[in-house]
Amino acid sequence: MQLSSPFIFARNSVTRMMLWVVLALVPGIIAQIVFFGWGVIINAAIAIATAVLCESLILYLRKRPITSSLLDGSALVTALLLAISLPPLTPWWIPFVGTGFAIIIAKHLYGGLGYNPFNPAMVGYAMLLIAFPKEMTSWLLPMTLSEHPMSFAQLLQYSLHGVLPHTLSLDAITAASPLDLVKTQTRLGEAIPLILQKSSHLFGSLAGIGWQWVNIWFFIGGLVLMARRIITWHIPLAMLTALVVMAGIFYLIDPSMHASPLFHLLSGATMLGAFFIATDPVTAATTVKGRLIYGALIGILLYIIRQWGGYPDAIAFAVLLINTTVPTIDYYTRPRVFGEGQGG
Amino acid sequence: MRHPLSKFFGGLHLDDHKSESMQQVPRVLPLAKQLIFPLNQHIGLPADPVVSIGDKVLKGQMIARPGGSISAAIHASSSGEVIAIEERPVSHPSGISATCIVIATDDEDTAIDASVLTDYENCEPAMLRDSIRDAGIVGLGGAGFPTFIKLKPTPGKVIETLILNGAECEPYITCDAMLMQTRAEDVLRGADILCQAMQARQCLVGIEDNKPAAIAALQAALQSHQFHHPIEIVSVPTIYPTGGERQLIKVLTGHEISAQRRPLDVGLVCQNVGTAVAVADAVLKGQPLIERLVTVTGSAIKNPGNWVVRLGTPIQHLLAQHAVEANNDIIIGGPMMGFTIDNTQAAIVKTTNCVLIQPPQITKPAIPCIRCAECASVCPAQLLPQQLYWHARAKDFDKIQDYNLFDCIECGCCAHVCPSHIPLVQYYRFAKTEIWDREQEKQKADRARERHEFNLYRQQRKQQEDEERRRKKKELLNRAQGKTVSETDSKKAAIEGALARAKARKDAMTSAPKNIDHLAPEQQRQIDEAEARRHKQKQDKV
Repeated sequence: MQLSSPFIFARNSVTRMMLWVVLALVPGIIAQIVFFGWGVIINAAIAIATAVLCESLILYLRKRPITSSLLDGSALVTALLLAISLPPLTPWWIPFVGTGFAIIIAKHLYGGLGYNPFNPAMVGYAMLLIAFPKEMTSWLLPMTLSEHPMSFAQLLQYSLHGVLPHTLSLDAITAASPLDLVKTQTRLGEAIPLILQKSSHLFGSLAGIGWQWVNIWFFIGGLVLMARRIITWHIPLAMLTALVVMAGIFYLIDPSMHASPLFHLLSGATMLGAFFIATDPVTAATTVKGRLIYGALIGILLYIIRQWGGYPDAIAFAVLLINTTVPTIDYYTRPRVFGEGQGG
Repeated sequence: MRHPLSKFFGGLHLDDHKSESMQQVPRVLPLAKQLIFPLNQHIGLPADPVVSIGDKVLKGQMIARPGGSISAAIHASSSGEVIAIEERPVSHPSGISATCIVIATDDEDTAIDASVLTDYENCEPAMLRDSIRDAGIVGLGGAGFPTFIKLKPTPGKVIETLILNGAECEPYITCDAMLMQTRAEDVLRGADILCQAMQARQCLVGIEDNKPAAIAALQAALQSHQFHHPIEIVSVPTIYPTGGERQLIKVLTGHEISAQRRPLDVGLVCQNVGTAVAVADAVLKGQPLIERLVTVTGSAIKNPGNWVVRLGTPIQHLLAQHAVEANNDIIIGGPMMGFTIDNTQAAIVKTTNCVLIQPPQITKPAIPCIRCAECASVCPAQLLPQQLYWHARAKDFDKIQDYNLFDCIECGCCAHVCPSHIPLVQYYRFAKTEIWDREQEKQKADRARERHEFNLYRQQRKQQEDEERRRKKKELLNRAQGKTVSETDSKKAAIEGALARAKARKDAMTSAPKNIDHLAPEQQRQIDEAEARRHKQKQDKV
């Protein structure tokens, strides 16, 4: 029997929220499959299996209920977000190690669901990026451009045994991502219009073949989450606005050395980050004003790291660094209590 | 004349489940064999019984008088004999027992003679207030605050508007809606009397727009009858908890009144529509508060509806009319703010608006908070329920007050939407009682410490006084003996002293007078003369 009022409840649960997140990821994942092959599915399968395994193990060690905790779906979401962020052509141990680190270290060593200050998927990603930079930065060429599309079996073969079909070499099928390319080439003093011209096989009409569509579909998935009230508009809007403003300012100052706001919006993991990663409720700010500040800080930091930092994309580092500011943001953005400041 | 409608922050759109119990007009509940009257049915001190066991009482007779300045009288709701004044189970969230007057009814239902005031518009406000006080009327919306106290003039405050609360925002409950529909004129008449009693200029009746029949009935009554104060019926949007006093005031007037202030500070007083009818009955019919409308509803019963129930009727007697099975949850009040009871022998009291019978509910296990802040987005007090929860869990009662725990109205919106199924309101209630307990403990401890400190001070003072006395006594003694009393040293010193004094005396007798050096010749001459005289005198004596 319910001890205390209320006795009626909205049909809402953490599981329902997590499942909606998974559902909203589907269009973007399909876009990834279309442009970059089945690798994302292989990575996701390995990551999810690892997550379930690690979650069960730790819950067992912590003497917590295993089934009900697994059913909350949070481990599934962590695994999926990490898998989506990985390059589609990776050895199996990349998603395995990354997910294990995310679940065991970033989630459960901090107390499990609800207690982790850092986004577990991004902790896993950052660890992989630092430890295995080579594996983490070689992206498959978009399938449509690749002369040798790889089958699911061939990709699985590579993932498990590190063996490519003998007609292919790694260099032939992988390339830097458009973000990466723009960064390295501008560092060499090459102007952006020239880069775009030279690598027109990589850059589509907007921000990179494949990438632009993946971003657009993650954006649509994000809108679904908003419509279902799983996330609010504050963090994505603040983050994307800050990114556009930053990119806009520098683009206006020197368009030859700074990519356009549109390019930033639709390349890399921008939309995935804005709607699915920065909005992770556990690690984000909780007040309305706080969420605006939190989102804006991520957007600003994202641009700074992309433009001047050492890594091509920066969602993971921007989110993790701004995660540290959450308690302070929440503390100083407490809302006005009903009736407060209404004198007389 | 009226402010355009405002909105309050947060709140919920709930399935109202009101039509189930609105299908028929209120039925009159048959009289129970026993009526049980808890002495504390209101906010404030319990009432004092004025009857004893064996007394015969009449319907409407006062059986307990107010037990203090904030308290309310209780009246017998039928005639019969007082058979007990003892502890009985009462309908209270804690399931406690409390002192009750128990009356065995005699089926005669003989009423006491009533005095009525028909021309209330010409009555002195004080006279109306006395009449309302003597009728034992308290706020029937749920809180049970004695009504006459809210009507008393406060120096420096002018009451502009009476807000009549007909919002009835909780799902399932329909007693106020039914009352407005069936006794529309009495609702407005009561409001008119209340305006007169507190010299308010006007009255606003706020009703949620999911009760069109009630709004229409009141509009019709307003058109067809004469009232002495301007009354306006206002349809307000149906958002839970619009029926909260401060929420309704915000919607109707735009005033936001914090937990630290009272509506009176902005010239408003809020009363429930049920209270208004009780006031009309008391003043115009001379009938004290002895019955009320109670909604009996819920998904576990057939034929839900409203009943005219005599106060003191055991809940069991009411449930018997619906053949309620035992294993269901019985909730007193609504599903958002009510409480469950185990013992159906407890009585219907002044504040019992609804008995909700639901099939037994399986509580979903709570899982950790994921900080989604859904709770904050629905909190009408604009609090951060999630932060309150963390601090309540950590028993950090200073922090939790920093986050304005006491502004929480326990409306339950936060717990309703929580995806982790955390019983948030339970945590807040726990924290509130803990803080009250500690406050009391602290006051007790402060008093004890003050007592202890005063004791210490008294002891010290006594010690000092004793010492002082002893010292003075000793001094007196010393002076009397002319010497100090000590064994060896002082004796020796005394002997030496005595010897010295003796020698000095001897010396004085032989020694020459002092101060005779460097004398002026005149002085020397006088001395010489004096010496000569003395010498001569000595010789003469001899």
